[in-house]
Amino acid sequence: MNWVDTIVQGILLGGLFALFAMGLAVIYGVMRLINIAHGDFVVLGAYLMLSIALTAHLSPFAAAAIVVVLFAVLGYVLQRTILDRALGGDLLAPLVVTYGLSVIIENGLQQAYSADSHSLQIGALETASVHFGPIAVGIMPLLVFGVALAVAVGLELLFNATPLGMAFRATSDDRATARLMGVRDFQLYGYAAAISLGVTALASFFMGVKYTFTPTLGPSFLLYAFEAIVIGGMGSFWGTFTGAVILGVAQTIGFAIDPGWGILTGHLVFLAVLVVRPQGLFPKVVA
Amino acid sequence: MTYTVRRATQASKLAAAAGALLLVAFATLPWWSSSRDFMQLVVEFVCILTIAQMWNLLAGYGGLISIGQQAFIGIGGYTLVVLVNNLGVEPFLAVLLGGAFTAVLALPTALVVFRLRGAYFAIGTWVVAEVYRLFVANLAFLGGGSGQSLIGLAAIPVDLRQIATYETAIALAVVAIFGVFLLLRSPLGFALTAIRDSEVAAESQGIDVWRTRLAIYVIASGVTGLAGSLYFLSALRISPDAAFGMNWIPLLFFTVVIGGIGTVEGPILGTLLYFVLRQTFSGFGTWYLIALGALSIAIMLFAPTGLWGLVQRTTKLRLFPIQSIVNLNSVNPSGEL
Repeated sequence: MNWVDTIVQGILLGGLFALFAMGLAVIYGVMRLINIAHGDFVVLGAYLMLSIALTAHLSPFAAAAIVVVLFAVLGYVLQRTILDRALGGDLLAPLVVTYGLSVIIENGLQQAYSADSHSLQIGALETASVHFGPIAVGIMPLLVFGVALAVAVGLELLFNATPLGMAFRATSDDRATARLMGVRDFQLYGYAAAISLGVTALASFFMGVKYTFTPTLGPSFLLYAFEAIVIGGMGSFWGTFTGAVILGVAQTIGFAIDPGWGILTGHLVFLAVLVVRPQGLFPKVVA
Repeated sequence: MTYTVRRATQASKLAAAAGALLLVAFATLPWWSSSRDFMQLVVEFVCILTIAQMWNLLAGYGGLISIGQQAFIGIGGYTLVVLVNNLGVEPFLAVLLGGAFTAVLALPTALVVFRLRGAYFAIGTWVVAEVYRLFVANLAFLGGGSGQSLIGLAAIPVDLRQIATYETAIALAVVAIFGVFLLLRSPLGFALTAIRDSEVAAESQGIDVWRTRLAIYVIASGVTGLAGSLYFLSALRISPDAAFGMNWIPLLFFTVVIGGIGTVEGPILGTLLYFVLRQTFSGFGTWYLIALGALSIAIMLFAPTGLWGLVQRTTKLRLFPIQSIVNLNSVNPSGEL
């Protein structure tokens, strides 16, 4: 096993996990809502891209752009119609409602596309690579990593340096007081859900190119996203990004040792962080 | 002023009588009915009812919403298989040991997942269930990813095995219903109910919230393991996906939430409804599951207390007298107390 190569591949895989995680982190950060259907939205996005590219004879890139917009609108509508009714009470309501969505999406996809696996094909770019000395690095993984990094920078700026971000943080801290200060919280939550699902659609595209996907993959993507957030320490997108990279490296190393142990190694690293440092590696707020 | 405290209501006395009759009827069923298919269905029903009732204890009373109880179903099932197949333990003893071993493993599991709270706890438990699933799938002597059959039962005559499995299930049903009722009336149950209503207030009354939750987590997981053992004793075949898989999760959400969370009656009603729906509509496959998902969303948003909550609101019916009812008998004429 080439250690350097394995670690580089793991870091790049972390880029994809970061895209999974940031969509989940936005919703959690603003509304304290864990979206159990998050992974299923990743899968749904990939199927939609596939269908749009096939029926409208568009390139997968154009289809991806359409789905990003579509998902942002879907996020807003979903928040205003269903998710908002589940917020404000106990923990159970958002969990049950988003779990119900997860079941509906997964079985809806089974119904529409069968259980066969699909993938998004983008031609030569899929296999193109550049060489850094002895290590070959795929163009696509590099692109995913770059996009994830850009999203992390963008979200950090949005949350910390814009009026919208200030309103997000204020509402997250205290919804009632933020409302008294003139924040239109219902609309704001809609925006957060729109951003979350928009980022999720980006994740859908890169997931669809990398993997052959089936309707049942959603829950595992949810778990990776969740683990990245917890490993990183809740509260900053940099933490989430770093957590995703750590998870990616752990899975890749595990997989290199024995293919059956890849995902398991990722889970074990997550549990180890939980035991040793439950606040995460890079918590923003020191309790 | 004098007062009396009563717990039983007219309905609960009737329910107790009806329950006793039902118990006798079901326990003697193998001797007056020959339908082995129905017995098999009852076994499955009891296993799911038990698992749902335990989930209800955690989520409805302990405030511990777990998406990972399938971990303990699987541990119970695999413990049974190893004990019977590899160690030659008598199968019905192995079911009990399956529950005990599950409770033992639940303790260290709790110490890890209790570091997460709320929604994070929910997904953390799911990760743990996945860890157990992947771990078992990687162990060749457990049959790896494809699992194995329960071959150690070959020596027992089929009829005897079916009846014994069935009677074990009846005993488990008593634990799942009457045991939960007794538990909720015990000091531990009062502590749990207090935590359910207000964690802060419970703590201020001297309840050790963390310890109470730990106790209920270990108990609920152990009994879940017992149900898992019995389930796979009846199914005769186990695999990591069947044992630790996600198929169990919607079952718990649907039965407990649709039936009515935080009541003893709710999960019973929910499991009954689930079986009726399944036996009637499961031929519709994915559409059936989509409808179940939509139904649970609708119930959660518009009737969060579930079907039993609706029944209670309209009829004030209480079949399991967990609450104490205080009756003031007389107030003296001067109005002084």
